[in-house]
Amino acid sequence: MPYSRLVEIGRVALVTFGPDAGKLCTIIDVIDENRVLVDGPVSITGVQHQEIGFKRLALTDFKVDVKRNARQKALLAAWEEADVTAKWSATAWAKKLENKKKRAAMSDFDRFEVMIAKKKRTAAMK
Amino acid sequence: MVVKTYQILGRMKPSEKDPNPKVYRMKLFAANDVAARSKFWYFISKLRRVKKAHGQILSCHELIEKNRRIVKNYGVWLRYESRTGTHNMYKEYRECSLNAAIQAVYNDLAGRNRAAPRGIQIIRTAEVKAASTKRPNVWQFLNSKIAFPLAHRVMRSEKRFKTTFKAQKPNTYY
Repeated sequence: MPYSRLVEIGRVALVTFGPDAGKLCTIIDVIDENRVLVDGPVSITGVQHQEIGFKRLALTDFKVDVKRNARQKALLAAWEEADVTAKWSATAWAKKLENKKKRAAMSDFDRFEVMIAKKKRTAAMK
Repeated sequence: MVVKTYQILGRMKPSEKDPNPKVYRMKLFAANDVAARSKFWYFISKLRRVKKAHGQILSCHELIEKNRRIVKNYGVWLRYESRTGTHNMYKEYRECSLNAAIQAVYNDLAGRNRAAPRGIQIIRTAEVKAASTKRPNVWQFLNSKIAFPLAHRVMRSEKRFKTTFKAQKPNTYY
């Protein structure tokens, strides 16, 4: 299987660990074999310009057209052009993450409602 | 140990013989102000005829990195003591700040050469331009169109999922 998700300048990645877990970021420079410099863009994703290790990242299928060490303005423009936020939310991966969040945030009443809904569904199937 | 860069100016105490002694400036790396001053006297007395006993430190302040937002190639010339002798070295690191590079020096020498910080002396540091770098492990990242996959990925998992035995082999293709 050829690798399609590469570590490269402009690659969109998901932060999987740490204070920014669950947020998207863009790789704007590669430091060495373990670390990259990432930036949000801050206004869209909330990830600040920082050094982050590969162990805390999961690469996505998306890539934006930016130069090395791109500034916020250029990064924002590239994100808008590539329409990353919309494309990401449409992926199964993003939807699964969203569902997980919803489940974790359920209250007892929500769980009750889900139970009722499931019962209705099975009754309708029969 | 978090390493900081200090700039220290010191000279001999003024006397009747020498009312205006020469001022020496030294940039060095230490964990704090106190350690920096101590190191200053150690090095300066080896290089010049100044001692702490008849000298004074005019200023000691921390130097802040100008731009920590870009990756730079740092060349470090150092001298370290091995178990059987003392050697010179030149090493290169890709870091965002000089402090991070010197931190990397200490960690690297501890791991690779089993050298303790007390046996390491940083002789000179420089921000090296990409064309002047000498080490292949730095060259491989000096590519504006760099692209590489994360092959055989071992993903970090939550502590509760870490068991001795698993039903399936892990997925390493991401």
